[in-house]
Amino acid sequence: MLTFTPSGIYCPPGGFYIDPWKPVEKAVITHAHSDHARWGSNHYLCHPDTAPLLHLRLGPVDVQSLDWGEQLDINGVRVSLHPAGHIIGSSQVRVEHKGEVWVVSGDYKVVPDGISGPFEPVSCHHFITESTFGLPIYQWEDQEIIYQQIRQWVLDNQAAGYSSVLLAYSLGKAQRVISCLAPLQQPIYAHGAIANVQETLIQAGWNLTPVARVPVEPNRNQLKGSIVVAPPSADGSSWLKKFGPVKVAVCSGWMQVRGNARRRNVDAGFVLSDHADWNGLKTAVKATGASAVYVTHGFQAAFSRYLTEQGIEAQEIQTDYGTEEQE
Amino acid sequence: MRLFAELVQQLGSSTKTNDKLAALLRYFETAPEADTIWVIALFTGRRPKRTVSSTYLREWCIEQTGLPAWLFEESYHTVGDLAETIALLLPPPTNESSHSLQAYLEALQALSDQEVEAKKTFVLQAWDELNREERFVFNKLITGGFRIGVSQQLLVQALAKLVQLEQSQVAYLISGQWDPRQTSLQQLLDSSFAATDFSKPYPFYLCYPIEGVLAELGNPADWQAEWKWDGIRGQLIKRNGELFVWSRGEELITEKFPEYQGLLEALPDGLVLDGEILPFMEGKPMPFALLQTRIGRKNITKKQLEAAPIHFFAYDLLEWEGTDWRDQPLEQRRSKLEALVAQVQHPKLLLSPMVIFNTWEELAELRSRSREFVAEGIMLKKKDSVYQVGRKRGDWWKWKTDPMTIDAVLIYAQKGHGRRSNLYTDYTFAVRKEDKLLAFTKAYSGLTDKELLEVDAFVKRNALEKFGPVRTVPAELVFEIAFEGIAASSRHKSGVALRFPRILRWRKDKTVQDINTLEDLQQLLQQFGNDKAD
Ligand SMILES: [Zn+2]
Ligand SMILES: [Zn+2]
Repeated sequence: MLTFTPSGIYCPPGGFYIDPWKPVEKAVITHAHSDHARWGSNHYLCHPDTAPLLHLRLGPVDVQSLDWGEQLDINGVRVSLHPAGHIIGSSQVRVEHKGEVWVVSGDYKVVPDGISGPFEPVSCHHFITESTFGLPIYQWEDQEIIYQQIRQWVLDNQAAGYSSVLLAYSLGKAQRVISCLAPLQQPIYAHGAIANVQETLIQAGWNLTPVARVPVEPNRNQLKGSIVVAPPSADGSSWLKKFGPVKVAVCSGWMQVRGNARRRNVDAGFVLSDHADWNGLKTAVKATGASAVYVTHGFQAAFSRYLTEQGIEAQEIQTDYGTEEQE
Repeated sequence: MRLFAELVQQLGSSTKTNDKLAALLRYFETAPEADTIWVIALFTGRRPKRTVSSTYLREWCIEQTGLPAWLFEESYHTVGDLAETIALLLPPPTNESSHSLQAYLEALQALSDQEVEAKKTFVLQAWDELNREERFVFNKLITGGFRIGVSQQLLVQALAKLVQLEQSQVAYLISGQWDPRQTSLQQLLDSSFAATDFSKPYPFYLCYPIEGVLAELGNPADWQAEWKWDGIRGQLIKRNGELFVWSRGEELITEKFPEYQGLLEALPDGLVLDGEILPFMEGKPMPFALLQTRIGRKNITKKQLEAAPIHFFAYDLLEWEGTDWRDQPLEQRRSKLEALVAQVQHPKLLLSPMVIFNTWEELAELRSRSREFVAEGIMLKKKDSVYQVGRKRGDWWKWKTDPMTIDAVLIYAQKGHGRRSNLYTDYTFAVRKEDKLLAFTKAYSGLTDKELLEVDAFVKRNALEKFGPVRTVPAELVFEIAFEGIAASSRHKSGVALRFPRILRWRKDKTVQDINTLEDLQQLLQQFGNDKAD
């Protein structure tokens, strides 16, 4: 019922696409990351929590929203959304037609992070899964342990007279890092990209910690030893100079491997991911009970071969997702 | 072990030398002395003998995790380091506890004459009591190679601070032959103890790559120029009636070069020479590839001795009649050296000749002809310089020749080792052979992050075929490949092997029509290579 076309995942009977990477007439969107929610389509369908983020990203586009578990009939195809636990509003898309059920995972993680909603396993015949961290070397520690490490790192930096810069992707990771830092009861300075997302979400009714905007002309030493959250692209920018001597950390699942951390040339790497780890991917696939699995962006070759050897028919699918580093 | 694991983690992640120094000092101040002596040994390359093979480590990890072997290999390929791969794959420890670094190292040594089963029991038990960071260093102790961003110089600096000695003295004390199992920290860093070790070399003084323009160096008459040979930098020592040869890597390699034994009779006692170990025939040094055939072999055949007759090209004199001459100006050391070589008159001991020049322009012209002399470039040494320790700016400079280059097209790509694990960063390049393409080298580094992402996207979008982890791509992207040397090779389809190949730049201005041909490579080989590399 779903096919893989040059424009993206397409549903012929329903006449709509899911997370298309080319402009189409009707697009169902799993979540607001830019590789999944692309510019140029005429109509978008997504979860109500994704809608304001879509507007923030894409401007005034036509968005229809659908709550988790609510059903919508599109040309005889029954469409519903289910929490994916990846970022705020992130959803799996379930489509049903003539008794056949497909689920498109989008990006997901199975362990709740306290913000993005708990992942819900959805039974289906065909499951399209991501595989960003589809190798057994990726096994995450508990969020609370990492959070403690981050807070300790910040306090150590302050004791030594440094500001702490945490590099985190502006939508998703940044909200988690900010909530991790909130118990320190200090102003959290955010780069514009992150402040925009945070304010949009607070306006939409989310109970999130507000961030401090950076003063245009700070007094000398005013920002020394402060806490800063910035997108990875801000690393090495002159914007960071305002904060005096800094220590920089990357918060990303890629930090699991030393070589990656070294290559980023930062002072610390915290393994914090919005994607399922190896065990998470395996659990999620098994829980769907799907007899056919399609593996997209990530380690698709390894993960699909592994599933096949475990008796689950799986194949790898080339997509345009995951081209940017917004893990 | 926890302290040591933390140290390794800090050294690996800190980007500033001062932070590394602070981490080392903190470690030395808090760790037990018995562990400290091992850390000095490990960080100066005195790795204990390997008692467990990595094949077994692999096997046991696969067994413990229940993963298919191919998935282990795939993981290893992504991580790029066996010790780390295993540390990441193993299930969490069930019996957490940690012994001292010394305890693990000595237990590992004690395994050397044990059965495989005993080794396995020990390794599995250690895995089950160590956390992820500790497991990584534990595995590293077995597989070796603690290359974690600590230079010998930094270690020396930390120790010098710790024991309040001059850095040059510490560097000398920790060099040479000593066994961490039989040496206490006090013995190691006590100069009266060191005096009894006759083999002890001096720490090498290394040239710094030249920066800026030559004219800034001032008057050419203040400088001595020499060819920079492409051999093994070494020290030749005769003390107490014995001859010792050390490599720059602080390896005692006396046995590897039996041709030097003739010098034992000829040289005076209490002598240390600094120079280059180099094969030499018919008045000319021979390419490095030939020397390579001699390193790493236990037994040297007569044929090898004849094919690569090793000589010692003396640069400098560091000790004379048992007295340390390193504080004398270079000019004086050199004239003593010249007198010595002339007097000894041994065919294996040659004086590395000075390059005579009057102006910087003349020197630049000579440097551009380095390859004709089978040299890598030029070394410039201040005539009044003392012999320092390590790589220092100011008095000694090296000025290498520009690398050879070839324009080639990308034909295969593979995901990187230990780099951003999900990116295609390892490339194979081809030159043209008549109307076909011929793969001739791999190259990894040299692109900017942005370019890497661009090439990665190209590979992901255009991959034609796959062979395991390798992707074939359309021959479209042209790169300029630089390399330091070229040798004939029967193991390569192209018939040539390159030394230190790397990507110099992406030639977006060129198409596959513009790349170099196999004949171009063969011409370089004729000009600069040798014809019996392997
Ligand atoms: Zn995403
Ligand atoms: Zn994605």
